[in-house]
Amino acid sequence: MINFLKLISRNKLALFGGILLVIIFVVSFLSPLLPLKDPDVIKTSDRFLLPFSEGYLLGTDHLGRDLLSRLLWGTRLSLLVGISAALISATIGSILGTIAGFYGNKTDNVIMRIIDVLMAFPYILLALAIVAVLGPGLFNAMIAVALVNIPFFARNIRGVTVTIANKEFIDAARLSGMSNFKIIIYEIFPNILPVIVVTISTTVGWMILETAGLSFLGLGSQPPQADLGSMLGEGRSALIVNPHTSYVPGAMIFLIVIAVNLFGDGIRDALDPRLSKGELVKPQPVTQIKSNGNVENKSNSFLSVKNLTTAFEFDNKLHLASKDVSFDIKKGECLGLIGESGSGKSVTALSITCLVASPPGVIVNGSVKFQGDDILKMNYEQIRELRGNKISYIFQDPLSTLHPLIKIGKQLEEAFIEHNHQKNKEATLKGKELLKLVQIPNIENVWNSYPHELSGGMRQRVSIAMALTNDPELIIADEPTTALDVTVQAQILSLLDTLRKERGLSVLFISHDFGVVSQICDRVIVMYGGQIVEEGKTENIMSKPRHPYTSQLMECVPHIGFGKRKLPTILGSPPLIIYKKEIGCSFASRCLFKKDNCLNEDIKIVRKGDSEVRCLYPHE
Amino acid sequence: MNNKMDILSAKNLSKFYSKNKGLFNKQSINLRAVNNININLKAKESLGIVGESGCGKSTLAKMLAGLITPSSGEIKIQDKDINNYKKYELPNHIQYMFQDPISSLNPRKTIYQSLAAPLKYLRNLDEKEIEKEIKSIIKEVSLKEEFLNRFPHEFSGGQAQRIGIARVLLSKAKIIILDEPVSALDVSVQSQILNLLNDLQKKFELSYIVISHDLAVIEAICDRVMVMYFGDIVEKSDAKELFQKPYHPYTNLLLKSVPKTNQKIKIQNLIETELPDPINPPEGCSFYSRCENKTEKCKDLNPEETIKENRKFKCFFPNN
Ligand SMILES: Nc1ncnc2c1ncn2[C@@H]1O[C@H](COP(=O)(O)OP(=O)(O)OP(=O)(O)O)[C@@H](O)[C@H]1O
Ligand code: SF4
Ligand code: SF4
Ligand SMILES: [Mg+2]
Repeated sequence: MINFLKLISRNKLALFGGILLVIIFVVSFLSPLLPLKDPDVIKTSDRFLLPFSEGYLLGTDHLGRDLLSRLLWGTRLSLLVGISAALISATIGSILGTIAGFYGNKTDNVIMRIIDVLMAFPYILLALAIVAVLGPGLFNAMIAVALVNIPFFARNIRGVTVTIANKEFIDAARLSGMSNFKIIIYEIFPNILPVIVVTISTTVGWMILETAGLSFLGLGSQPPQADLGSMLGEGRSALIVNPHTSYVPGAMIFLIVIAVNLFGDGIRDALDPRLSKGELVKPQPVTQIKSNGNVENKSNSFLSVKNLTTAFEFDNKLHLASKDVSFDIKKGECLGLIGESGSGKSVTALSITCLVASPPGVIVNGSVKFQGDDILKMNYEQIRELRGNKISYIFQDPLSTLHPLIKIGKQLEEAFIEHNHQKNKEATLKGKELLKLVQIPNIENVWNSYPHELSGGMRQRVSIAMALTNDPELIIADEPTTALDVTVQAQILSLLDTLRKERGLSVLFISHDFGVVSQICDRVIVMYGGQIVEEGKTENIMSKPRHPYTSQLMECVPHIGFGKRKLPTILGSPPLIIYKKEIGCSFASRCLFKKDNCLNEDIKIVRKGDSEVRCLYPHE
Repeated sequence: MNNKMDILSAKNLSKFYSKNKGLFNKQSINLRAVNNININLKAKESLGIVGESGCGKSTLAKMLAGLITPSSGEIKIQDKDINNYKKYELPNHIQYMFQDPISSLNPRKTIYQSLAAPLKYLRNLDEKEIEKEIKSIIKEVSLKEEFLNRFPHEFSGGQAQRIGIARVLLSKAKIIILDEPVSALDVSVQSQILNLLNDLQKKFELSYIVISHDLAVIEAICDRVMVMYFGDIVEKSDAKELFQKPYHPYTNLLLKSVPKTNQKIKIQNLIETELPDPINPPEGCSFYSRCENKTEKCKDLNPEETIKENRKFKCFFPNN
């Protein structure tokens, strides 16, 4: 709770709204206790006194009633009515939404059709109709406003419920013997509660406004009872000569609605898990670079990465995700980068063209020389030029790079036109050529499909085609086959291998699978806990790994042909994010060859022949 | 087919999903997910089901666990039709472990609360017994007691999968369906979980149905294997024999496609990788478009199950 308030108060506007709201609430709800004049006592001799008149701080209305007193009593009433309406419609709407979303099918159809019908009427017209049937009066106005808002809640909550009801933990609850009713109460409700709260906080302002509207039209509170709407209505007739009778309630309505909405936005942001961690800022197009010392990089390799260190900054601390990563890629070479989840493979790959999202990402140190120029010293324009042209990426999930609502053909054409300023016709031709190159069997059909209409394997072919549109010289492929079936994987790997050999491409190929890496890589780097622990020729690493992590990991990968059996394992699990600087070997806690001095100092990577190892006692 | 020894058996099991053609089109189309499958599982046995994504593995498994209603066919658990079990009684006999260990735990409940549910609702234990059971099971899956008051997002995939295993064990069900039990896990953690599953099976005399796309995983924990293609079982066999000598061309293709550390890629000629259209299933063999052994006969006729040297497969021209 304290945390929650802290989060809200980080958003200055929300804090302001919250404070304003508290003041309005406290003052108006204390009005029975305050030394106020009776709001309903008529004193015609004091009509239309201006604000700051003696005895009447805010003046009087057309019947000589004290405006301050009426304002506070009226605010209290309006708030009460608005909030009650919000609670009523939230309760009914949420129940309907949950039932519709959970049971689906017929139940869902019936409920949602009724809701649709309600929504088809203009808002205020429906409220008017309801009041017309029930008769004027504040209570009826409240019912009308509540009813009119039910569809809004029902729709929102239904949407969330459908998502949650399809989660695996709901099935798991079923298998725990829970009845549907219990599942709704104990499993679903806690998960939709935040949404309900947010929806209330963003609608209550409108509901107050709507009740005021009905009162303004004379359908809500009846004289002499004051609420904000009726005060405004009464003030209207004297608007020209005595405008203050309208300004006073008008200003209060304005304040309430502003305060509620600002505060509501704050609540929404605070409950949003994506925003609760990082700052509320848009990511920048290039990763922030805070490199202090200049790394000397004299290599004239095609790509040379040196001491690249990337961190994520939250809670004002730098959490290192990759540490001192150095490697070279030669022209036409395929370098494999292997490691388990969280070992820093993707962060390294993205850092090469400053694609790590910032904030929270920061490149703390390092140099990335591509064909002689240091990318980390380039400006945004230069980096952008590189990204689409000479260096391109292929990701695990092709849907993340393909636009979901544009047909494949159009996307390919646009890629050509954007970067090469080619004419439409040429672009079409080239696009189809590429699809042929990536061995898509049925080109015309694929050309006119949306990404989601293709199978995973086809989609990955298309994104390889996309990556090739501008004749790149370096392709960075981040787990391009992990989401695919083995049969499809074999084809994509074969395709990548052919392409790179035919076109002399350099490839940085990221994977967690030794088998996959062996298929197409010339050299391999093994990463653990953000560091490179071993580097060498693929055949050598696969047949004679030198680092204990590499050998232990390779041993516990199950291979076919050995039957049902006990598998070798590595104790424990890989380190999560690295936030404190630990001395010594990061693999020590799981290493079978550990000796005492492994924890005394940081282990340096040592070159021997054409391999490198970060270990004091490597296998020989 | 229904053997007395079988702890679970399914006969002619099918599932069609119907989709409405469009907003204004009342006609619906039928999508074939599982087609006329027979399965039997013996006590204390583990049966693997392999196949590519979209072949109907999970639909089949969820039908067996009573989470999806079959379109036709019957399922018997301990010789009793699952429709004849009382409401909420079935989970006492068969449990399902989900692929994604984290998302199968309610994010707003502590581990203790999630683990208590089966004890409370399935076994009607009181608070004290629940605590005792949970504390003993948590040791069984090598987790620490202090984890119990934490929330799911605080766990790594491997730890969450152990919690999933613990929950399944607490129900005391003897049949457990493991849906891709390690595919969401790190390589170094996979083997820990597979070993744990093997040990628990012996200790509690469990029967497993293991679903996976990873042949090596299946081989490491299964006695028998069924290969699924396009909603159908195309080959059934003893695990060891299947991996040594695949009969069906599809099994062979799967085995060939597994990347090995000691060889470079072979150039693949482009055979289609797409499954047939489930709305308009082909007349003949469903593997026809991808098969290396096919002839004209396969295009028009759908092969029936053939038995040869104790092996069962659906193919006219098997590999051996
Ligand atoms: N946007 C982010 N904010 C905070 N931490 C992050 C972010 N992205 C990655 N990390 C952390 O950085 C570390 C390295 O992550 P990275 O994505 O490079 O791993 P990986 O080796 O690619 O893993 P995987 O195999 O799962 O793709 C991890 O501990 C991860 O939690
Ligand atoms: S340095 Fe020591 S602990 Fe680290 S991998 Fe080598 S032997 Fe193991
Ligand atoms: S029946 Fe024919 S097409 Fe089908 S798998 Fe056998 S050989 Fe191939
Ligand atoms: Mg990654």
